[in-house]
Amino acid sequence: MRAILSWLRELTPLPVEPGDRQAAAELASELDSLGLVVERVEQVGQGLDQVVLARVLEISPISGADRIRRVVVDRGGGESVEVVCGAWNFEEGDVVPLAPVGAELPGGFKIGRRTMRGQVSDGMLCSARELALSDDHAGILVLARPAGELPPGVELGRSLAEHLGIGRDVVFDLDVEPNRPDCLSMLGVARDLAARYGLPLFPPEPRLEESEPSSAELASVEIEAPELCSRFIARVLTGARPVASPPLLQRRLHLAGMRPINLLVDASNYVMLELGQPNHPYDLDRLGGRGLRLRAAHAGESLVTLDGETRILGTREPRRRDESSSREAVICNLNDLPVGIAGVMGGHSSEIGEATTAVLLEVAHFDQVAVGRTARRLGLRTEASVRFERGVDPAGLGRAAARFCELVVSGAEAAGVAPPKVARGIAEAAAASFEPTRFRVRPARVNALLGTSLSGAEMASLLSPVGFEVRPGGAQESLEVVVPSFRPDVTGEVDIAEEVARTFGYRKIVPTERRSPAVGALDEVQLLRRRIRRVLAGVGAHEAWTNSIVSEQEQLLSGIGADLVRLANPMVGDESVMRAGLLPGLLKALRYNSGHRNGAVRLFEIGEVFALSSAADGRARPDERQRIAVLLARRGDGAEEAVRVWQVLADSLGLARVRLVQPGFEQGAFEPAGIPGGLEPSLAGLHPARAAWLVADKTPAGPEESDRREVPAIGSLGEIDPELLEAFGLAARRIGWIELDLERLAAAPRRPELAEPVSRFPSSDIDLAFSVSDEVPAARVEETVALAAGELCESVRLFDVYRGEGLEEGQRSLAFRLRLVAFDRTLTDEEVAAVRRRCIESVEEALPAKLRA
Amino acid sequence: MSGGAVASSDELPFTPAELAEIEAEARAGLEAAAGLGALAEAERQALGKRSRFSLLYQQLGRLSPERRKEAGQRLHQLRRRLEDLVEERRHLLLEAERLARLEADRLDLTEVLPGELAGHLHLVTLVTERLEDVFVGMGYEIAEGPELETDWYNFQALNIGVDHPARASTDTFFVDVEGEDGADYLLRTHTSPVQVHLLERGRLPIYAVAPGLVYRRDTADATHLPGFHQIEGLAVDHCITMGDLAGTIESFVHALFGSEVSTRLRPGYFPFTEPSAEFEISCQICGGEGCRTCSMTGWIELGGCGMVHPNVLLATGVDPEEWSGFAFGFGVDRLATMRHGIADLRSFVENDIRFLSQF
Repeated sequence: MRAILSWLRELTPLPVEPGDRQAAAELASELDSLGLVVERVEQVGQGLDQVVLARVLEISPISGADRIRRVVVDRGGGESVEVVCGAWNFEEGDVVPLAPVGAELPGGFKIGRRTMRGQVSDGMLCSARELALSDDHAGILVLARPAGELPPGVELGRSLAEHLGIGRDVVFDLDVEPNRPDCLSMLGVARDLAARYGLPLFPPEPRLEESEPSSAELASVEIEAPELCSRFIARVLTGARPVASPPLLQRRLHLAGMRPINLLVDASNYVMLELGQPNHPYDLDRLGGRGLRLRAAHAGESLVTLDGETRILGTREPRRRDESSSREAVICNLNDLPVGIAGVMGGHSSEIGEATTAVLLEVAHFDQVAVGRTARRLGLRTEASVRFERGVDPAGLGRAAARFCELVVSGAEAAGVAPPKVARGIAEAAAASFEPTRFRVRPARVNALLGTSLSGAEMASLLSPVGFEVRPGGAQESLEVVVPSFRPDVTGEVDIAEEVARTFGYRKIVPTERRSPAVGALDEVQLLRRRIRRVLAGVGAHEAWTNSIVSEQEQLLSGIGADLVRLANPMVGDESVMRAGLLPGLLKALRYNSGHRNGAVRLFEIGEVFALSSAADGRARPDERQRIAVLLARRGDGAEEAVRVWQVLADSLGLARVRLVQPGFEQGAFEPAGIPGGLEPSLAGLHPARAAWLVADKTPAGPEESDRREVPAIGSLGEIDPELLEAFGLAARRIGWIELDLERLAAAPRRPELAEPVSRFPSSDIDLAFSVSDEVPAARVEETVALAAGELCESVRLFDVYRGEGLEEGQRSLAFRLRLVAFDRTLTDEEVAAVRRRCIESVEEALPAKLRA
Repeated sequence: MSGGAVASSDELPFTPAELAEIEAEARAGLEAAAGLGALAEAERQALGKRSRFSLLYQQLGRLSPERRKEAGQRLHQLRRRLEDLVEERRHLLLEAERLARLEADRLDLTEVLPGELAGHLHLVTLVTERLEDVFVGMGYEIAEGPELETDWYNFQALNIGVDHPARASTDTFFVDVEGEDGADYLLRTHTSPVQVHLLERGRLPIYAVAPGLVYRRDTADATHLPGFHQIEGLAVDHCITMGDLAGTIESFVHALFGSEVSTRLRPGYFPFTEPSAEFEISCQICGGEGCRTCSMTGWIELGGCGMVHPNVLLATGVDPEEWSGFAFGFGVDRLATMRHGIADLRSFVENDIRFLSQF
């Protein structure tokens, strides 16, 4: 909403002179504090007082120049000035605006003496755009073309500002919140300001000379669909002429961002801007019958709107369980043909044109929801639809119609043509009478909400200047409030609290200290997440944030088997599903960095993944889980590093007994299960022979095989499938991957909280190297050794893996260092030797393994 | 010194000058020794069996007991002095030798090949954690909610009616799955649904903040991302006032930006708060004087806030006559860009490690 200072000052005597930047800034600050946010303050019309009226005396060519001419003008007082001009639309004798040397045009362009092709130019003749009067830049603004003597009112040398009656002005570009439809008008903004400054408000009070026959005799209006329109009125003007509007009216429309067209159209727009009431003038003779009807659109009927587009109406899909939501309001002529989309845009067929003489003005109160729906469906947000959508004053129709007539009459008089006849009264159809909203307000409650201590009388004095009627409400110190018709947003006590706060001043509300009675703390999962982030950063991984809306193709490429969550209305066609895993996103981040020669990188991300699952009743339900993923792509990274990083993480988080379960080894059947919708950790996208599940044991080492099956997987790790890398445009290399389910990780068994004492006695190491069949995972051997060593075992560590000479095919040597210690004594050589024997026997007995000599 | 005239047979075997000469000679020898071997040799020459000193010592036997005592004392003192000198020199030489050994082990510490550095947390994480810490310090809990929401949580319970423009399909991503409330699932457009979850939980009072990812149908550009982060605050208690809201905003702004930054409220509009407000902080770039960052106003809008609308409380089964509350929310990514002078939001999701490793 562009609020124009001179217009506001017509409605309330604001103490701000145009051109006073300081005062304008203060006014802007008041507007801000009223909730009418000023996005920009524009100073306009500087220089219009320096530009003067001049008459063209002589036009002659300049030798060697075919685009510019020498023009001699009379700038009054017998003084003639020579200028060079490139426009061709004027003749000798025309009166034009001259910006003399020293003048500064709107926008800050300063006129100086110039020489072109040897010809001195002592000023500039201006177009309307150069003077910021309109967008017209087709030629010089010709102010008059008198045959001989100057007509009255045209005086050479007089400033353009004086001549047009327009001078400096200020435009405040306001961002009006959706709950303040009244402030989509000059009157609404002026009302708030008048209240803030304690000034009187002078709303327009149109005075008309009316004639017979009456509007109701000349035209009919009818509401066929009362749920779409509560009141519909019309006025008729005859003998109208679509002349150009007076300069002031044109200029205000221009400053407000609308294009002046002719008096009839401009007056309609002017009324909308001034009073906030959209309205529409029809050419009564082209309407097709002398009347209008409002009805619901028939499905599929069409209409060519003012902008020349064909609009199909009534095709809105009803919302589920709400049939009426498809209804759209259309205005028809008496032949039942659409002539306008109610509240959005008028029809082309009955548009005001050069030949218009009889005007039927429509002013109505359409249903705000219906207008909003239609405008959104058509993608046609107009000045009118925005106002209807937010709520137009249901009691302001008559005044708006009269104001239109007044403007058309005075505009015609100013243009020197015969004013139209204004038919008496209005034609009216009302589906419902307007009843103002009224309710009780408890000042104590308002104070309790705001933290203020205002009396009921003080509240009343804050509310009445902005249009509320406030009376003592009788019982218990309450007030009765009658809401003005232009404030549909105010429906209850809290709205009054806001209105009191706003008019009192939000900035005057004293900040008070309010402490939570609770002790703030992060919960376990939040702490865990923070620890994970820091451990992963510690191993060199940078935290990434990748888009959670991804392409389906990339999801499928990475082998994610979930039932994907699809967006019904994606922005970009190929980014239409929610990610079900973090692999594609991090691969793309890797690709980006590889493209910038930084492919040796480690990345991690913590984020949600999504999938659909079927609920018990057969309906699909979306699920989401939080995942942690680590991508290891430094030189030397791969599955081994994935295992090592996992070990660092598990150790730092204090996890106990999480095992790697790798397909291809005899470990009993393992089928990860438990998370619905395919969001169970999976090995998809990983190298099939270099990937494992991470499984939490619930029981100490060496559980029965059958116990393990029900244990949920925390996540998976391994190496990314080289084929997948290729599909993502990455060179094949070893890249490690870990992906964890946060909730499962948080639930995984931890080391006991109680400290375990450390032995003070010396420990003994035993090194054992076994040649073991490739089919047996090293972890199996390690477990067996640990179990055999029993209580004395402090640690078992694999320290060497060897394949090659001295070993049979399909065998490798696994060397473990076993550290033994007792709490109460130094172990004897015999004890150590006994453990050693036990370990060797157990391993050789349980597994296809042999101690190496 | 006792007596001047003494019997000739009982004369001292040395004159003081002689003794001084012996000492000077020995000192010179010891001080000249440049290594531990040379020092041992010089020591032998000064105090060894064949040294002049030892010869004098051997002559003590023939002296009278008194004289012997006197001469012996003098010689003993000399020996002590020389031995001290030997010890001192030995120390110096040992230290020099140790230093020479270490010097041979010198390393140019700038020729070290760089190792791998630690990774960095995402700037948005760092800013979020900072915000969380401030609120935890104020006694707030950190709440979380799903990103896929139902109509009820994202709109209905927040007093956003069926025909509110915020529901237009141009703003919200919908998922083609009907929820239990009969409307399609959607990607939450703000963190405010967490307010509803907190209220429905039914444990009052509530003091909580909820950071998280939200989604809007915007084309990614310098100032928009289709997915971005917000943080939501909610306090519901007996007799909470708008003054408490203003004071809380002031407290956390001071904790975040420093106590020289001021805050103010101006009227705003949100369907789920009434009164509603926008909160602004004084521009840190110009100190409130007015600059390009703050569009010459001296103030920068940070977020929205207000008193929880009674309809929200009613929708979640909380009696608005007994309880009142305030809520606030703002963009975390925008806060990060403001603080760190980041011109393009898309830097956050490009994941260029040259960017990520700066924070």
